[in-house]
Amino acid sequence: MLISNGMKAIYIMWLREVKRFIRSKSRIVGSLGQPILFLVALGYGLGPVFAKAGQGNYLEFIAPGIIGMSIIFSAIFNGMQVIWDRQFGFLKETMVAPVSRLAIMFGRTIGGATVASAQGVLVLAIAIAAGFRPVSWIGIAPALVIMLLIALLFSALGIAVASLLKDMQGFQLIMNFLVMPLFFLSGALFPLNNVPAALLMVARFDPLSYGVDALRYFLIGTHTFSLTLDVSVLIGVTAVLLALGSYFFSRIEV
Amino acid sequence: MSNIIEVEHLTKTFGDFVAVKDVSFSVEEGGIFAFLGPNGAGKSTTIKMLTTLLHPTSGTIRINGHDPVADSDLVRRSFGIVFQDPSLDEDLTALENLELHGALYSVPAATLTSRIDELLALVELADRRDDFVRDFSGGMKRRLEIARGLLHHPKVIFLDEPTLGLDPQTRNHLWSYVQKLNTDEGITVFFTTHYMEEAERVARRIAVIDHGTIVAQGTSEELKQQTGAPTLEDAFLALTGSAIRDEAGSSTDRMRRMHSMHSGGRR
Repeated sequence: MLISNGMKAIYIMWLREVKRFIRSKSRIVGSLGQPILFLVALGYGLGPVFAKAGQGNYLEFIAPGIIGMSIIFSAIFNGMQVIWDRQFGFLKETMVAPVSRLAIMFGRTIGGATVASAQGVLVLAIAIAAGFRPVSWIGIAPALVIMLLIALLFSALGIAVASLLKDMQGFQLIMNFLVMPLFFLSGALFPLNNVPAALLMVARFDPLSYGVDALRYFLIGTHTFSLTLDVSVLIGVTAVLLALGSYFFSRIEV
Repeated sequence: MSNIIEVEHLTKTFGDFVAVKDVSFSVEEGGIFAFLGPNGAGKSTTIKMLTTLLHPTSGTIRINGHDPVADSDLVRRSFGIVFQDPSLDEDLTALENLELHGALYSVPAATLTSRIDELLALVELADRRDDFVRDFSGGMKRRLEIARGLLHHPKVIFLDEPTLGLDPQTRNHLWSYVQKLNTDEGITVFFTTHYMEEAERVARRIAVIDHGTIVAQGTSEELKQQTGAPTLEDAFLALTGSAIRDEAGSSTDRMRRMHSMHSGGRR
């Protein structure tokens, strides 16, 4: 009885995130603006420079990184909604309902991850429209799995952080000092093979580096770390963040 | 009539600060009870403890015979609540919000459908069931939340400042819904408000809390007699003093300001 209650709660929280996403056409379109800009400006702008340096097709190189970017921004933003929700939204209602907080948190995390992955898929489609060609179409299926993993990781991170903040003031700080560095230092925009040792060190601590690396492996066939390492790090960090997120979420005081 | 809410020697401390000190009161089943007090008196803290959101430091609470700490789920099924700030999902329709609540409280499907129809009719929102809550006025949201709070047939409904910021017509309608449910279904009503005329008109029993302790309890008449005041508002001021209680701007207040900025000042 308790287990099925929990499963039902996870399902309805998941469904709610998906419904909200499908209904917000303007938000979807709006959130695609930045990835398109990056792809076009950097892909075609820096493309010739990159090619001249003997590194190949820059559009191809950054496409996995840009997909990663849209996923993490969407996932973190979704998680941060928890701050808002807990005062003005539906979250408060779930706090007094006879369901476990864990189930609410899981449903929310998985829902946010689904939505973020969907955004990633949209960006992939746009990249393909812009001229990106994956090295093999079969690679798309495992790439989707990696996208889901990245989405789950950052969704859990967003919720964990949001559970600790009391108002939206922290949001700016988090975006500028956590999310942006995670993106820019992850090798999403530049190859990690030849960077200074210090930068490589920082990138190694960034879970997104491994996510983007795995995406590159499946989409364009290149990689800096091994696939095993990539997947292990993604799964491991996600598990830790889910545990932390659950703990912080359960301690939210409404 | 038995007591559906029983609070005995309830205390809550936050570090050195005693927010609620040895508070005791009871609410009769089927009663309408007003819980009044100035800002910072310990009202919200007490209500949070009653509604399983906070654990007491000491003392006992029984809601419908259950302990909010030990049997939180049983207590949660026994009450519905309308918070001071709206807690609806704006991106869903009125109907979807109600269905979501039904799923969270495991209301059986057949009961849910008929109950939704009944309650939407009661709060006069039947024709808006498929509209997005985002497009509702403050008064409409409140009405929907009352319908939602009652969906699972709770024994008690908690209303935290239910008419704050609403126009007189809506306020009037709101109380008429609540009183109808109280008369027809015997639902116990527990509310807080700063509108003393409403408390005087609607409540059958009142408790006044100040500085964390109950300073007076009884019917409106009893409180007026006790203080020799002509109205409940004057009795309240006599009991709690006329000095303004300044509260530090909390993160909640900041959020409320942001919320009114974003949603154009309407609740």
